[in-house]
Amino acid sequence: MGIEQIIFYLFSGILLVAAVSVVTVRNPVYAALFLILAFFSSSAIWIMLEAEFLGVTLILVYVGAVMVLFLFVIMMLDINIDIMREGFIRYLPVGLVIAVIVAVEMIYVLTADSLNIVMPAAKAADYSNTKELGGVLYTDYVYPFEIAAVILVVAIIAAIVLTHRKRLPNVKSQKPSQQVRVKRDDRVRLVKMEAESKPNASTRGGQ
Amino acid sequence: MGEVMNFSLATPEIFLLFSTCAVLLLDVFLSDKCRTFGYMAALLAMIATAFLVVSSFGIERSFAFNGMYVLDNMSVILKVSVLLVVIATFVYARSYLIDRNIFKGEFYTLSMFATLGMLIMISANTLLVIYLGLELLSLSLYALVAFRRDDGRASEAGMKYFVLGAIASGMLLYGMSILYGLSGSLELKGVAAYVASQQIMHNMVLLFGLTFIIVGLGFKFGVAPFHMWVPDVYQGAPTPVTMFLGSAPKIAAFAMTMRLLVNGMEFGAAGWQQMLIPLAVLSMVIGNIAAIAQSNLKRMLAYSTISHMGFVLLGILSANEQGYSAAMFYAITYALTALGGFAVIILLSQSGIEAEELEDLRGLNERHPWYAFMMMLFLFSMAGIPPLVGFYAKLAVLQATVQAGFIWLAVLAVTMSVIGAYYYLRAVKLMYFDKPVESSTISMGFSFNTLLAGNGFLVVILGLFPGLLMALCVEAVKMSL
Repeated sequence: MGIEQIIFYLFSGILLVAAVSVVTVRNPVYAALFLILAFFSSSAIWIMLEAEFLGVTLILVYVGAVMVLFLFVIMMLDINIDIMREGFIRYLPVGLVIAVIVAVEMIYVLTADSLNIVMPAAKAADYSNTKELGGVLYTDYVYPFEIAAVILVVAIIAAIVLTHRKRLPNVKSQKPSQQVRVKRDDRVRLVKMEAESKPNASTRGGQ
Repeated sequence: MGEVMNFSLATPEIFLLFSTCAVLLLDVFLSDKCRTFGYMAALLAMIATAFLVVSSFGIERSFAFNGMYVLDNMSVILKVSVLLVVIATFVYARSYLIDRNIFKGEFYTLSMFATLGMLIMISANTLLVIYLGLELLSLSLYALVAFRRDDGRASEAGMKYFVLGAIASGMLLYGMSILYGLSGSLELKGVAAYVASQQIMHNMVLLFGLTFIIVGLGFKFGVAPFHMWVPDVYQGAPTPVTMFLGSAPKIAAFAMTMRLLVNGMEFGAAGWQQMLIPLAVLSMVIGNIAAIAQSNLKRMLAYSTISHMGFVLLGILSANEQGYSAAMFYAITYALTALGGFAVIILLSQSGIEAEELEDLRGLNERHPWYAFMMMLFLFSMAGIPPLVGFYAKLAVLQATVQAGFIWLAVLAVTMSVIGAYYYLRAVKLMYFDKPVESSTISMGFSFNTLLAGNGFLVVILGLFPGLLMALCVEAVKMSL
């Protein structure tokens, strides 16, 4: 077993443990952190497959942006997970049976002879995965690329349609333009008062 | 790869994309009183796109974007049908949306994006583009279903649809990734070449990938046993969205199946034929029998859709030219009929009342004989009663099935259709022989009435003279094989 295989099994092992933990841990914050771990290990595997660009993107985009957002949402919303976990035990036997059957079938199929794919030769050390991707992304693959862009537009529109609400008329909001134009006369009014003798009255006047 | 880009072949898609963005921008500057302009602009854009599509009819099968985009007669016919069905949906939906204060530009923009997704799917020639087109369609549909966000049922339906749709997309992608891993090609041509070189029944991994693809397709088609979402989504969504969901995407689903199974894996027919048989059988049985138990009109039509999709699969699994063209004919004419059926539901739910129970049809003949007659046409067509188009569509599919040697399947399909006729006839009985509960008058605008009459006319005329459309379908299928 070469060093490559050892590294592969190490990261795959971590990936599997992390993926299972995402579903099984009680605390959603831990689940999100395990998901980050899963992303890290899979990006390591991708880098071993010479897909450096994808590996780096996975960390930058998913770990750096998406998962941080996830954590924010989890912490802000204070979701009651006990309600969501109801029925977990009840459905566990059925789910487990199905999962085992699927796993056995998949192992049976994927160890079959027809999946004897020859390992491709490694690329030279100066081969740049990123450069190659950049070369085809806007030329050969411009059509799927543009469709993906349209999908993102739809996602934005859909999010706005489903969540944006008109402000109610009596909701107070800041108007910066008016705030900076304010003058002393708008806020402070000097009132001339006659001096009074009773101490109670004078404090009231000063308010 | 290595072919020219040929941007001009994709003119309809490009035009639709730009005009959708224009409608989106226009809508921002419109006040609530002038929403009609946005509606008009959307309609105009769709009609212009339809003209652009028609103008490319009869061109040799040609490719664009390095072979990722295919233009053939099948894609032209399917695209025109999709566009016409969506245009009709826009016109039908208008009064319903105005009544409920949801006559917003977003409905039209999202529907147009969904339509763009369907056009992309229909013309897709690689696994990647099929998937992306499907996602564009599905994402827009999820948002449309949950469009009335203050309605609990609509949100629930949207959520259900989203979760199940995401799982289905995952299945489809997994299947595609296995196909890609085996054949080393994302292009359908490359996949087809690989499948042709293999004995599919002895290649476990190929069968494995195919299974996932069929499961994904089954979800998107809404055939049993992957049909659980259909009734809930049909019922929960606002009626115009249900109408949209239940008509045009069925044509696109047919196109996707044709591209994946026939263009991509024609030589694997022995494999997918056997997988499609249980799906078709279950759909026809569950769809027709469960529909009998429904008291909700929208749920009933949902189960009826499931059984009709079983028929479409029956045509495809015949795996011969006749079967493909019969399935194509079936998908197009079913979309047309479903459109009419939902239009009548929209019609009944005027002035804030949601008419979706079967009981709401009671005595429609006394309230408005013409609308009752139209509804009867659509229901009879779905039941497959001659001389309406539904009869001929079923007949063509059955002929192909028998020709392919599946006589028992044809017998089962006929039996199930007879059982299914019961609930269509029950609705007709409610309209004609029962006294109305509601006595309010029903009236609709000029455009709605004209379109409904035209829709009913088409259902009759295509039933009497199916030859032209059928010939087009046969020709188109021949060309794309």
